[in-house]
Amino acid sequence: MYALCRWLFVTLLAWPLVLLWLGLTVRHRQRLPRQGPAILIANHNSHLDLLVLLTLLPLSRIPQVRPVAAADYFFRNRVLRFIAVWFLGLIPVVRGKTPRRDRSDPVTTNETLGESVDPLAGCRQALAKGEIIILFPEGTRGEPEVLSRLKPGLWHLLKNQPEIPVIPIYLTGLGKSMPKGEWIPIPFFVDAYVGRPLPYDNDKALYLQTLEECFAVLATKGATRLRRTSPTDER
Amino acid sequence: MDPLYYGIALVVSVLAAGYLITRWRVPASHPARGEILLRIRTWCWIIAFFVPILVTPQPLPSVLLAIVSFMAFKEYITLTPNRQQDRWAFLWAYVAIPLQYFWVVQAWYGMFIIFIPVYLFLLLPTRLVLSGHPKGFLNSTSTLHWGLVTTVFSLSHMAYLLVLPDYIEGNRSITGASLLFLLVFLTQMNDVAQFVWGKTLGKRKILPLVSPNKTWEGFLGGAVTTLLVSLLLTPLFTPLDLPRAALVGLEIGIFGFIGDVVMSAVKRDIGVKDTGTLLPGHGGILDRLDSLTFTAPLYFHTLYYFYY
Repeated sequence: MYALCRWLFVTLLAWPLVLLWLGLTVRHRQRLPRQGPAILIANHNSHLDLLVLLTLLPLSRIPQVRPVAAADYFFRNRVLRFIAVWFLGLIPVVRGKTPRRDRSDPVTTNETLGESVDPLAGCRQALAKGEIIILFPEGTRGEPEVLSRLKPGLWHLLKNQPEIPVIPIYLTGLGKSMPKGEWIPIPFFVDAYVGRPLPYDNDKALYLQTLEECFAVLATKGATRLRRTSPTDER
Repeated sequence: MDPLYYGIALVVSVLAAGYLITRWRVPASHPARGEILLRIRTWCWIIAFFVPILVTPQPLPSVLLAIVSFMAFKEYITLTPNRQQDRWAFLWAYVAIPLQYFWVVQAWYGMFIIFIPVYLFLLLPTRLVLSGHPKGFLNSTSTLHWGLVTTVFSLSHMAYLLVLPDYIEGNRSITGASLLFLLVFLTQMNDVAQFVWGKTLGKRKILPLVSPNKTWEGFLGGAVTTLLVSLLLTPLFTPLDLPRAALVGLEIGIFGFIGDVVMSAVKRDIGVKDTGTLLPGHGGILDRLDSLTFTAPLYFHTLYYFYY
């Protein structure tokens, strides 16, 4: 039933919307992972980003593809929660400060007191099951077509299992099509540029910097896709 | 039998011959071989899409051509710089596409001919001004309307050819489909002829800043070729007599070239090489339709003035 819902969502919503209404060009599709565990990361400008990423993966893999999203946004009411769980397979992550356990909580002990609950537990479980998770390291959609500062969650997730491949994907045009706050996607051709797997680094700051540089490089590559190479290079 | 079917058969055989000759006679080391094969393969897809437009009953041809306009307009607004507050005006412009083709299916000429040049011309700036941002207003208005006229209004003349009444002359009946076939055949043939003449004889550049590979030899050679082919085919496919066939040949030869360089100027202005990646080997859909955006309305109105 769960798999069926996921397939219906992708075939009836994501495919027609992304492939016909918008129109997607993918560069280096062969760099996408064939199976999990793997982490796909992408810049985030629109709800459509997730739909685009879902069309990149084969239908047979879809039930094992788990997007990571903010608990406070997608789990704020029952309807959204139902869609998020059954149709999107979302893994909720608590944003911002991790909630501390209440002193009155009966399971609170000296040990857990002041120690936060692991917000990434859901992600770790999914990866342990060999699933592919989709993560937006910017954390939020932010300004259309502008890259915000990246959040360190990804590094924490990789700390214990650095061998998991992280594949960066740069998406262009979706913030123009349906930016934050809008609900009707305007047809634009959009691009997905798949980068090479990103190597892990023990140093958190260095890793985040590499990640940011990686996105910046993909952004220029994506933007120059159609640009001419020399003034005479024309048919 | 309708000359249309001979025409389609001719095009298919020329493509097949071109493919086989390139495949078996051109050495694998030749630098352009892969590119030519890719282009021919894409041509096959284009024809597979185009033949149903010619042979099926309405409204399918109009729906298919509306999809062509939709893709072309989408490519255009993806390329051009635009402001975020223009998104509602874009949506209105998109809504105009099915409407424009709906007038075609209805054969409502009066509405078809003024809908975009008059009503959308007024409606788009109305929507743009209501968003309340004067900075970049003129750019947005003119870019949007030029794109809509080029990709929707101009191209929809192809569809209107199909709903013109059959022209009956003695025992000969000429359908809209053969009118459309001739337009597209002459325009695309003109593109190819100008390219081939330019490659073989081209020396003097014609518009070096706009399109550095275009030459006077290519332009004139192509235009004369198109004129001759038009003298041969136009009397067969349309009600036009020889002098008018010459006029159509010249129009397509000259304005096919103009449509091509106008789109080159747009691309150069924006700083891109191709308008998109939809047609492998050709570029975007606008790279293929550029000449038609000029020849379709001209050819339509020549016919309409003389015969309908």
